[in-house]
Amino acid sequence: MNAILTTHDLAVGYMHGKQVTTLLQGLNLTLNAGELVALLGQNGAGKSTLLRALTCAARPVGGSIALKGKDVTEMSQHERSRIIGLVSTERIMAGALTVRELVGLGRQPHTGFLGRMSSHDREIVEAALHDVGIAGKADNYVSELSDGERQKAMIAKALAQETPVIVLDEPTAFLDAASRIETMNLLATLAHDRGKAILLTTHDISRSLLLTDALWLITKERTVVTGPTKEMVASSVMNEVFTSQAVRFNPATCDYESC
Amino acid sequence: MNGGRSHRFTIVTVALVAVLLLLVVLNLLCGSVDIESSAVWKILTGGSSGNQAWDTIIMQSRVPMIITALLAGAALAISGLLLQTTFNNPLAGPSILGVSSGAGLGVAVIMLALGGNVGSVFGASVGSYIATLLGAFAGAALVLVILIVFSSIVRSSTMLLIVGILVSYLTSSVVQLLNSVATEEGVHNYVSWGFGTFSGVSLDQMPVYATLIVAGLVASVLMVKPLNALLLGTRYAENLGINTHRTRSLLLLITGVLTAVVTAFCGPIGFLGLVVPHIARLTLGTSNHSALMPVTMLAGADVALLCTWVSVAGKYGVIPINAITPIIGVPIIIYIILNRRKIQYFN
Repeated sequence: MNAILTTHDLAVGYMHGKQVTTLLQGLNLTLNAGELVALLGQNGAGKSTLLRALTCAARPVGGSIALKGKDVTEMSQHERSRIIGLVSTERIMAGALTVRELVGLGRQPHTGFLGRMSSHDREIVEAALHDVGIAGKADNYVSELSDGERQKAMIAKALAQETPVIVLDEPTAFLDAASRIETMNLLATLAHDRGKAILLTTHDISRSLLLTDALWLITKERTVVTGPTKEMVASSVMNEVFTSQAVRFNPATCDYESC
Repeated sequence: MNGGRSHRFTIVTVALVAVLLLLVVLNLLCGSVDIESSAVWKILTGGSSGNQAWDTIIMQSRVPMIITALLAGAALAISGLLLQTTFNNPLAGPSILGVSSGAGLGVAVIMLALGGNVGSVFGASVGSYIATLLGAFAGAALVLVILIVFSSIVRSSTMLLIVGILVSYLTSSVVQLLNSVATEEGVHNYVSWGFGTFSGVSLDQMPVYATLIVAGLVASVLMVKPLNALLLGTRYAENLGINTHRTRSLLLLITGVLTAVVTAFCGPIGFLGLVVPHIARLTLGTSNHSALMPVTMLAGADVALLCTWVSVAGKYGVIPINAITPIIGVPIIIYIILNRRKIQYFN
């Protein structure tokens, strides 16, 4: 296995002035190339905080993160932008860009000072549009897209960025059933056929269990248990996620249900 | 840009340049004194019309006014564009966010508190207008710092606009207080400055004025790449390798310089900075800054020259610029607010 992202004794949380609140600690995580991983946990457990730390949007409160074996604090923002691509739920103001222009922004880490694209850059943008299946809408405005198409466009942006790692925060959150399935299938393809290391958070548990290779579970004990999805589903660890006594994990349906 | 839309960019640019040339001609020919077009042409090509007064009016008054208006329009429009992208707020602009008021406060402090003798922006010694300029920049910078602090505490863009309006109230009350202690001459100078005019830059001051504005405009063009990344919001922009903290500071510095220079020389010109970026987006149909930037500059110059022409074309003397800009600006803003669901860049 080719580990791209690793953490050593990582602790994440937030700082309020001088007061530090630690949400998760002692994390030794590994994200491998060609692997689709879901980060699961109940609301408030620290999923977003962990993602923010892994994408260097927030400083961890302890431990270290390495990309391709190099500590992230020793890397420039520009260097990191060529290794991790992000798809978040942040509201964007890009409605008046075409889909092609939006995906083209993914080339920014590779273009020069003025952001001018070479023919090579353009080819990569076209390939990314094609790979996510949105090439037919390349000349449409982003504002004309459905939520599912917009999500695909943002994934194409991350593909155009040509990063070995793609991190997605709730990629299926605002999508209808069909778009959820399409998006998850697309991510599985990108991991398995393209060798991307993909980490995502989701509340769509049953689907993520079907398609992912590994799980990172945030347990009630405020730590992260990791393992191949098949083994995790078969073990009792799935019941360590939710504090509620009213739900249990059913391995037969691969979903939580009331007891 | 590709296909149909790069075509659209060409058409819009050519049209704006044509309108610009037309307005330059109109502004050369129109004014309180009628000067024949053949005489104007003779004077511009280096000769003399044989009428000393006409020579002076064209070379010392109309030509500097046209250059002043052209640069001021471009500068304010670009300030508006940079503020709208920086604060992720389509209704931001140098006057509505109080940046112009801040610059005005700086001017007032120099003009009123330091006495009428340092006073006039119009004419006077080199030292006096440099002092006014520095005052304006200090005032604009102060307001920008306040806006940065508030935007990091309250994330709501509506609240930021309200903070801008409050800052304007506060500066105008400070100016009133300064008025009560100032000399009559100082107050007079300040009041006539407040009307807004593009006739305030003399030929001696032109090099300083033009250099500062052109520098600000060139710097803005160099920011096209990070500006486009900022359309995706802070987190995406950082993931694309943009240092958003440094980028925002640079953008606000450019805005501060552009707004301060225009405000010091021409008065607090309203609406232009808010409206022109919208005219550019609506005609181009894009928020891509590589197309938006040149078109915003051209459209800003056009609108400023249009205001100048309206202000001098009448037979009843010069109308203040600030009496004209709202007539152009308010209908456009209302149109944008009413159609915000249909306009792509809101969605």
